[in-house]
Amino acid sequence: MEKYDVLIIGAGVTGTAVARELSRYQLKIGVLEREEDVCCGTSKANSAIVHAGYDAEPGTLKAKMNVRGNQLIGELAQELDFPFRRNGSLVLCLDEKQYPALQKLYEKGIANGVKELRILSREEVLEMEPNVTDQVVAALYAPTGGIVCPFHMTIAFAENACENGVTFHFNTEVKTIFRKQVADAAESPEQTDIEKMYLPHDTGTWQLVTSSGIFEAKCIINAAGIYADYFHNMVSEKKIHITPRKGEYCLLDKTAGTHVDHTIFALPGKFGKGVLVTPTVHGNLLIGPTATDIENKEGINTTREGLDEVLTKSTASVKNIPTRQVITSFAGLRAHSDGDDFIIEEAVKDFIDCAGIESPGLSSAPAIGEMVAEILRKKYALQEKDNFISTRKGMKDFQKMTLEERNEQIRHNPAYGNIICRCEMVTEGEIMDAIHRPLGARSLDGIKRRTRAGMGRCQAGFCSPRTMEILARELQIPIEEITKSGRNSQIIKGTNKSSFVDTFKEENRI
Amino acid sequence: MKYYDIVIIGGGPAGLAAAVAARKNGAESILILERDKELGGILNQCIHNGFGLHTFQEELTGPEYAARFITQVKELQIEYRLHTMVMDISSDKIVTAMNREEGMFQIQAKAVILAMGCRERSRGALNIPGYRPAGIFSAGTAQRLVNIEGYLPGRKVVILGSGDIGLIMARRMTLEGAEVQVVAELMPYSGGLKRNIVQCLDDFGIPLKLSHTVVDIKGKERVEGITLAEVDEKGKPIPGTEEEYECDTLLLSVGLIPENELSRGMGVDLNPITSGPKVNESLETSLEGVFACGNVLHVHDLVDFVSEEAAAAGRNAADYICHHKTSDEIQDRCLQQNTIQLSTENGIRYTVPSEIRMEYMPEELTVRFRVGGVYKNCYISCYFDGERILHRRRPVVAPGEMEQIKLTREQLAKYPLLEKITLKIEEA
Repeated sequence: MEKYDVLIIGAGVTGTAVARELSRYQLKIGVLEREEDVCCGTSKANSAIVHAGYDAEPGTLKAKMNVRGNQLIGELAQELDFPFRRNGSLVLCLDEKQYPALQKLYEKGIANGVKELRILSREEVLEMEPNVTDQVVAALYAPTGGIVCPFHMTIAFAENACENGVTFHFNTEVKTIFRKQVADAAESPEQTDIEKMYLPHDTGTWQLVTSSGIFEAKCIINAAGIYADYFHNMVSEKKIHITPRKGEYCLLDKTAGTHVDHTIFALPGKFGKGVLVTPTVHGNLLIGPTATDIENKEGINTTREGLDEVLTKSTASVKNIPTRQVITSFAGLRAHSDGDDFIIEEAVKDFIDCAGIESPGLSSAPAIGEMVAEILRKKYALQEKDNFISTRKGMKDFQKMTLEERNEQIRHNPAYGNIICRCEMVTEGEIMDAIHRPLGARSLDGIKRRTRAGMGRCQAGFCSPRTMEILARELQIPIEEITKSGRNSQIIKGTNKSSFVDTFKEENRI
Repeated sequence: MKYYDIVIIGGGPAGLAAAVAARKNGAESILILERDKELGGILNQCIHNGFGLHTFQEELTGPEYAARFITQVKELQIEYRLHTMVMDISSDKIVTAMNREEGMFQIQAKAVILAMGCRERSRGALNIPGYRPAGIFSAGTAQRLVNIEGYLPGRKVVILGSGDIGLIMARRMTLEGAEVQVVAELMPYSGGLKRNIVQCLDDFGIPLKLSHTVVDIKGKERVEGITLAEVDEKGKPIPGTEEEYECDTLLLSVGLIPENELSRGMGVDLNPITSGPKVNESLETSLEGVFACGNVLHVHDLVDFVSEEAAAAGRNAADYICHHKTSDEIQDRCLQQNTIQLSTENGIRYTVPSEIRMEYMPEELTVRFRVGGVYKNCYISCYFDGERILHRRRPVVAPGEMEQIKLTREQLAKYPLLEKITLKIEEA
């Protein structure tokens, strides 16, 4: 049984942001993740937007966290070396009658403390974004809005946390949580000094039964995304309910990536922010999401209706979107709480919720990390480490290198001269780095999120056999074990004609 | 900086045939840049037979067909680099490439032949709804796994798209021990060659469902099943016609897209219908001295025609560098010369080439094109301005089979004022 001071459930952007922030302190921290990698749930399938913060109701946690997160993220992107660009966002008003709503949004932004907000005239908008619909009458302009790579942001938090001593347990699904009897805890001779120092003795420690054994923790952080209600309700009498709210998206080729430069929203409707059109930090164009409340917490399938809705609605705000350039579509589930706000608090003693983290959750992650750390710091009088490493170096970005710099890298390691993914121009060296970094990639999707290999216009058609080969070689596992995304997602089903052998064996009971 | 007269981008069937022809027509300094580990391109994974009936009057496998050209390239001592990725080509023909040994390097070429081939359309391009588990492959990726690596991508298979690779893979997967349940095709006709439907589906009892598509993919980790539905004339699924198939694999053979990212980067004009460069009679693109051939120009169904087309591009590139004109001379000629546009109407989607400069018109020119639908008992007609000069009866034409007509210099010379050649289908 492994014992921790703090166990975080979930290695999404919230869990890893909290882990990174807590790793400043003298604590033994673990992260339990059901999937084989970080960033496998809500964090991997969203709008990749850093919202300015005008959208949430003043006074809510969403408003506070969003604005604070937006302030923190610029510096954090530098420190932890992940792609972030403040491209600014525009909320279009497409009808004179809607103008009061735009004005109200502006006022909400001001109340929330969003800087540099202003309302633009039709002419100003069209000059800024010529592809915006001719129907536009005005727009709210938020220069502080930005775009980020959610994979790299989450991976950056996780790698930095890992370097600062946080242990990650993947393929570890938490089944039950209960409190160990007080008497047991008091009699335990194995208490570490830290436990004696910071954590209260008047209560039992938490026991977490998982798919990879039992873990013990003094304090639990519930960052389980759409499953946060499941764990909360396991320990608390005051029940919460999280609804998976599905959002479907289409991603377009880089040839369409400059169609708009700002993130284009239309005025919010009943279901969230409506369909946005935005460039991504990597130069694609992203359109979506829909907002459909569903029952199934695993329902990340796209639907015909959803994708059609995305394509149709996007044309309301931006004209001539080259929809023939769609290279993939995906769906993500937002964790919508019944109270319509983030729940970041101590639910029961030594059990901290980070629940209902839907949009603007990505933007808020740095602030949520900070807030949870503050709760724990007060509670346990935490001491800072003197050897905390605040920076992390991301993967090499060859696109930004000169020919000479690139050749220097290739001389040093010839694998950097061998292109594996021809659409995104990813080299063997980068794929090897993705595998051997702290918390390295174990699957094709893991490689994809770290290097973009397979994320381009051919969608891994050419590179997947070669990436599989590299994974098998570097991890020293048979190629049959290589998966798309862990668990039972193996890519191949044996060697040629192996099914004949299997059938023969079955029939003859060998 | 290195210097070559002709740099050929891609060492597949088009690049190889272009190189051989260029050398035979007097080009001394030629370099082929190939990104894969060997020459031959996609032919290396096409281990079925049926190649070379036109070129060699015998039936070869893909690797055998490629070997014939590779042997010639070696005999003619044409230089080539393997494992070498072209990163960029500038409009003034500086090719930036990279490999392990030389790092990133640049070559100044006098002429460039684009022969990068094509890629397969992915699931994403079709926006097929459903989950995104392992077990969804483009047919070409599956072909590589099976034929080159020796791995079976799945055991119970549904194939969407009846393009040639899909049909070939239905047979291959069956032979390697998978159960291919059905091939579904969105269109009311197959996009593949008739012979492939007979030899790859009919002979193995694999059903072909025309006017059907995939409307759902099930399975979060690995494919567990797919849903097919019939579609109406507009290609929209008809509610109530859904059929469930339990399977672990979905292969997609839903079209090929010429890979013109480099061409676009250097500023070559592209034809939105073929997704390939616009070319003249010399297979020269909108950039002088930049030629294109093979699947990067327009998608072919027979490699024999790729070789033929590429040989023409190679010859023309050799002529270009051997009789290299100054830009003033070219300007003069452009002013004088008579350029004839090729246009299409009624049922014909495009032609390659799309214009003919009379001065460069060879003795005989092959004009290749595709039709947009299935037509029975029709005529393929060619008009010189208003005058019909060809009216060829065809029992059936289909989008899956490339068509061609030949024009001669002599024929065109009779019409000195000719401005437009129009190809169209006329019903009987």
